[in-house]
Amino acid sequence: MLEKALVGGKRYWTWVFFLLAIIGIGFIAYLKQFTYGLGITGLSRDVSWGLYIGQFTFLVGVAASGVMLVLPYYLHNFKQFGKITILGEFLAISAVTMCILFIFVDMGQPMRIMNVILHPTPNSIMFWDALVLSVYLALNVIVGWVVLGSDRKGVAPPKWVKPLIYLSIAWAPSIHTVTAFLYAGIPGRHYWLSAIMAARFLASAFSGGPALLIILALIIRKYTKFDPGKEAIQTLGKIVTYFMITNVFFFGLEFFTAFYSGIPGHQHPFYYLFAGMDGHAELVPLMWTSIILAIVSIFILIFPAARRNESILAVASAMVFISLWIDKGFGLIIGGFVPNMFEKVTGYWPTLPETLITLGVWATGFLVLTILYKIAVSVREETAGVEIEH
Amino acid sequence: MSMNRREFLKIAGISTVVGLGGTAAFTKIRESALEAAQIAPNTLALKAKQWAMVIDMGKFKSEETIKKVINACHRIHNVPDIGNPKDEIKWIWTETYGHAFPGQEHKYMSEDMMHKPFLLLCNHCTNPACVRVCPTKATFKRKDGIVMQDMHRCIGCRFCMAACPFGARSFNYRDPRGKDANGNPFIKEENKEYPTRMIGVVEKCTFCVERIEKGLKPACVEESNGALVFGDLDDPNSEVRKILGSTYTVRRKPELGTEPNVYYVIGGNGYAIVPELL
Ligand code: SF4
Ligand code: SF4
Ligand code: SF4
Repeated sequence: MLEKALVGGKRYWTWVFFLLAIIGIGFIAYLKQFTYGLGITGLSRDVSWGLYIGQFTFLVGVAASGVMLVLPYYLHNFKQFGKITILGEFLAISAVTMCILFIFVDMGQPMRIMNVILHPTPNSIMFWDALVLSVYLALNVIVGWVVLGSDRKGVAPPKWVKPLIYLSIAWAPSIHTVTAFLYAGIPGRHYWLSAIMAARFLASAFSGGPALLIILALIIRKYTKFDPGKEAIQTLGKIVTYFMITNVFFFGLEFFTAFYSGIPGHQHPFYYLFAGMDGHAELVPLMWTSIILAIVSIFILIFPAARRNESILAVASAMVFISLWIDKGFGLIIGGFVPNMFEKVTGYWPTLPETLITLGVWATGFLVLTILYKIAVSVREETAGVEIEH
Repeated sequence: MSMNRREFLKIAGISTVVGLGGTAAFTKIRESALEAAQIAPNTLALKAKQWAMVIDMGKFKSEETIKKVINACHRIHNVPDIGNPKDEIKWIWTETYGHAFPGQEHKYMSEDMMHKPFLLLCNHCTNPACVRVCPTKATFKRKDGIVMQDMHRCIGCRFCMAACPFGARSFNYRDPRGKDANGNPFIKEENKEYPTRMIGVVEKCTFCVERIEKGLKPACVEESNGALVFGDLDDPNSEVRKILGSTYTVRRKPELGTEPNVYYVIGGNGYAIVPELL
């Protein structure tokens, strides 16, 4: 099926070369980082994780969200998702690819990455995270490829993939729960030491991921002959709405505990992120953008009439996505490090090379996504109108 | 106080042995043979179950001494001076009371206490968060309680930096063997007897394992004019145990359960230390 990615119109190739150019720039920036060291980034002794790890965390959520298409179809026989489960699975593959790359570019000694496997350490959450992510990647590659291949031939997929599909449904929440445990189990970082961290992660994943899927589905409908289906998109809209409300509710819970209890350590990260502290306010505009986008998007999404208008739905989905990207890809990580262990404030802002590397990784992910979606869409275009029971 | 079964058995065992007198000597010999075999066949080496340090702030008579202590450590361990706080590497350094013990300060404290420079270093915790999170066992706890780093295994993921509640760890954001923009090396005078580190790994205080193995006390202790005391927490006759048993001491963030092994005598003027112990 790979050959499908090699035939395309002018628009397709322009897009591919555009992505390749960004990847190239990111790669050059990475070579610079490789020789100079991570000192080239905005990271410091006090804020030792930043944009890279934030993107990793956010993208694990995007990867997990594929399950929101797979689960209703296979467990609730929700037919409308039949044609597009593949979009969820392929999005998961591209997201996990980005996760791995973000971990890689964040490492001080990337050539030693195999040490995690050579010296397996079960007491480290990172060990489990590597494990669940690799299995999840494998599951999605196998299931996505086999099911799409059978669809193309017009036959039902082999029986042995069914158990793998059910396993992948159960597996999706695990990847984001384990990723939350990276943070939630650390003593002394107040912003992270929260029992609802994993729940927050899942809520934001299941709103942000489907929001992205809505946008992708609308793009596919606009530029190809494959229609993901109006009903399917509307259902995704409902999923986004409920989980976004849950996500904001969970954030409110954190806020209440920190401020009603009056414990200074728990309040400080909130002060830093939303008001600035000791003259450091670099994240304040971003964090308020996130809050405002969250509130406005929920306000739009709760009205079914507004949601039914696909352009409005697209705008609201973009708002949800950006809001969550800021909250998780940025604020969550930095909030854990500021104030530092000495209750001092060290600011953080990514540098230009760091930003270019980040864009390069995103472009790689989008390239993988483009190729996979191109294949999926070409198969769907060929088999238009033929419904195959998976 | 809680005591698990193993600790209970250990104490019960020790009491019996003390009662039996002669057997005690025998057990001691066997134990030390075992310990030595575990570390290195080295008779000079100082031995302990859990090394610990007491920092007596009242005994620092001048900032000079504190500077000497810090410089001694950084000089002999080839700790680079990168020249900016962002990429800074430090093994031992000072903070004021409010930053060393966040949440403990109050605005009516004496000026002296508020501004006194407290020495901070890795606590070689009994239950270290850094060891728990490391995905490669590059940071690990030795039999003598020292929390060590394997520079050749560390992947530079910095999970241990996120996990350590004491900010004890530094990452080599720059190549410590390199030079600054003006061509000055980050390590001013290299001590050839101690390894330099590579770029992209995490490092911290080692309780001077290389000196302990030669029968020497840590460099900072030696330079401190008696303000830093080093010893085995498990030995009731050690100097540290005598201070802990007779003086009011505190640790940083004990509520987090890592069981730090660096104790502070906060000082002031009227604290009691039995003079002949020190
Ligand atoms: S002080 Fe930090 S680095 Fe040192 S042992 Fe404790 S947790 Fe680990
Ligand atoms: S930076 Fe090195 S020592 Fe620290 S957790 Fe990662 S591998 Fe372990
Ligand atoms: S014990 Fe040794 S390594 Fe640690 S601070 Fe003192 S001199 Fe430095």
